[in-house]
Amino acid sequence: MTTVDTPMAARPVINKPRRSLWWRSVGWRHIVGLIAVVYALFPLVIIVNIALSPGASLAASKSLFSSVTLGNFGRLFSDPNSHFPRWVGNTMIVGTFTAIGTVLMGAAASYAFSRFRFRGRRGTLSFLLVVQMFPQLLSFVAIFLLLTWIKPVFPGLGMDSLTALICVYLGGALGVNTFLMYGFFNTVPQSIDEAARIDGATHTQIFWTIILRLVAPILAVVALLSFISSFSEYVIAKLVLTTDRNWTLAVSLYTLVSDPKEPHWDLFAAGAIISAVPVLLLFLFLQRYIVSGLTSGAVKG
Amino acid sequence: MTESSIPSTGRKARRTPLLDAHPRSWGRGFFLKLALMAMVDALGIYGLFMAWQVRSMVIVAVLGVLLLAANAIYFSRRMVPGKYLYPGMAFLLIFQVFVMVYTASVSFTNYGQGHLVGKDAAIASILAQEQVPVEDSPAYPVTIMTRGNDLHFAIVLDGVAMAGSDAKPLSPLDGAVLAGDRVESAPGYDVLADFASMAARQKEITDLRVPLSDDPEDGTLRSTDAQSATIWIPSLDFDEISGTMTDRATGVTYRDLGKGEFAADDGTKLAVGWRTGVGFKNYLKLFTDPSISKPFAGVMLWTISFAFLSVGTTFLLGLLLALVFNNPRLRGQKIYRVLLILPYAFPGFMSALLWRAMLNTSFGVINQTILGGASVGWLENDWLARLAVIGVNLWLGYPYMFLVCTGALQSIPGDMMESARVDGASPFRQFRSITLPLLFISVAPLLISSFAFNFNNFNLIFMLTGGGPVHGSDMSKPGATDILISMVYRVAGVDTGTPDYGLATALSLLIFIVVGAIAAWSFRQTRKLEEMV
Repeated sequence: MTTVDTPMAARPVINKPRRSLWWRSVGWRHIVGLIAVVYALFPLVIIVNIALSPGASLAASKSLFSSVTLGNFGRLFSDPNSHFPRWVGNTMIVGTFTAIGTVLMGAAASYAFSRFRFRGRRGTLSFLLVVQMFPQLLSFVAIFLLLTWIKPVFPGLGMDSLTALICVYLGGALGVNTFLMYGFFNTVPQSIDEAARIDGATHTQIFWTIILRLVAPILAVVALLSFISSFSEYVIAKLVLTTDRNWTLAVSLYTLVSDPKEPHWDLFAAGAIISAVPVLLLFLFLQRYIVSGLTSGAVKG
Repeated sequence: MTESSIPSTGRKARRTPLLDAHPRSWGRGFFLKLALMAMVDALGIYGLFMAWQVRSMVIVAVLGVLLLAANAIYFSRRMVPGKYLYPGMAFLLIFQVFVMVYTASVSFTNYGQGHLVGKDAAIASILAQEQVPVEDSPAYPVTIMTRGNDLHFAIVLDGVAMAGSDAKPLSPLDGAVLAGDRVESAPGYDVLADFASMAARQKEITDLRVPLSDDPEDGTLRSTDAQSATIWIPSLDFDEISGTMTDRATGVTYRDLGKGEFAADDGTKLAVGWRTGVGFKNYLKLFTDPSISKPFAGVMLWTISFAFLSVGTTFLLGLLLALVFNNPRLRGQKIYRVLLILPYAFPGFMSALLWRAMLNTSFGVINQTILGGASVGWLENDWLARLAVIGVNLWLGYPYMFLVCTGALQSIPGDMMESARVDGASPFRQFRSITLPLLFISVAPLLISSFAFNFNNFNLIFMLTGGGPVHGSDMSKPGATDILISMVYRVAGVDTGTPDYGLATALSLLIFIVVGAIAAWSFRQTRKLEEMV
């Protein structure tokens, strides 16, 4: 699994008992590991505790798991002011379509940059590199104005529409992701394309049937990263989606606790747990790809 | 290698019939493309038509260019790279580049509270808001009705039943049942008669202004007691020729002095103004208004230190853990790794909110349980709040660095370490002279992008501290943990209700410049550009 031998393990220690050797080379790592795991997990334990405690105030959840109830989860679905199923649905729609669009457009652009030599290629790449440094969030006033402007022309693309939000997110599709993907595309040998072309495949066939399959790991990473970033985006979602039924989870969960007089921490915690589980699973499932995707982009193939 | 212009042969058509977008071979792909383009064109032409209807010439121009480009690119046999770049580029140009340019143009206007609409709308709004009752107006017995959720007034005017709402001027009510001089009911409307439902919407009822006609100067119908309604007319008279507003009672004249508002000679202004260009006023304000220019330097310094400290602390902890776990003899590595990256996989905004609950002074688990009932104001003291922000970001960010460092450590060739060991290098020396330099080569670009990410880490600040603690009551002043991007949000005043978008966009533009400078510097440092392109 690893290629690095630790110096401790290799040094011959003859006189020491074996147990002490194990402690010096491996055992202490378990202690560090245990501390690290506690550090990583304890806030997550706390949120489960808040979700399972009765009563909205944090005071009720003071001692861990002293009284356990599933009432908060029930209220998420029954409370007339909570449109939780819709919020989850909206978030999934926005996240999924943003992820698919980002992957397709990013992959297509990376394919063009990696496989074709055309006029303006260098310029376009540098342009992308510069543009991706500027966060879209800073333009939120202009985005708001643009959407109110578009509304009479394309009613489905104006304010308070999930489609509009997806389009705004897709505006950032070619930023960071293209570079992550571009590096990965370059690791796929050109000779594969050449062979396919000699067999008579067109550039479209090479892209859809050969290249996309070979770069699947990076596609998974980009899809996940894009899903998570649209999942967590607050400002633009809050700005675009004006009625509470259309909110995404980032907007609705924040709103649940933003009232300083009456923060609904119990509902927040229950909602957060339900909505985080799919993301966590996706993450753990794609974990291997993420490591290779992130580092291959960095090491540059 | 610009074009795959290999002539299609019979053999090719037989072997690869799938997804061939070549117009010459009429494969499935070609028809798919045709269908897609037909849809795009239909949508585009519809958009052109609608934009022409509402006279949005900018939309007509942009849409027209995009549509022409799409057809040219996809129906041409050349421009193959364009076929792959077009969709992403179209979105990028509209929703990223255009809005940046638009941001710049807004920063030269007074767009904000009191200057939200165009001049015509502002005049209509002034005439509708500044009203006085007509002295000899009869009191019409009014019936309050609802249609859907909208409130309507119904009265009997010269024997005819009339009804209207704030959006719909008074017009004849068909099929109404009259009871004396009062409307009793009307088809399609629900009469609001019982006291409880009236009391519930009391404020809406007293605020309702039903225009008598389309001309705002004719006045509106208002009711203060929900029993009778009287006619109110604008207290100001708008003269279209001179473009001035005159107060009917006092005779004071308000003029348009080119600042997007009506002002009298003594300097009093009408509350509602309109959007207009103000030149560099917003930028001047950023540098000269002490309530903004003074905290600006502090916010800038904190933003940079926050980003540096975040990258530094997460990298150190991540590297440390990666070194500890990077041992082939250590069992359970996989389990450790899964558990350790959980904070990274848990959606960031939720973690920030969760930590806000945990750091709560009176009820938070940190004070209550871990510190045994202490009452440390983690999010209430300036420096503690800054410490909390860095600490929470450490929890959020170290798993990423752990993953990255683990990957980088495993890619260091084993024989290099081997030969160093043979040469008698101490473990520390091996680490310092081999591991660390090699590690830095591969993680340096990621550290820079992590810096850029934290420089603009709006979510963490907004969700954890809201930029606070803020001193004083003016919520538009930056708080102790506000970074540049959250300061823009604060100045924009979305949450406080007194927006100043002109100033906020000016600040945005300034940040664009700062970010651009940092980016240029970092590119020079890593020579990433040369390496990539």
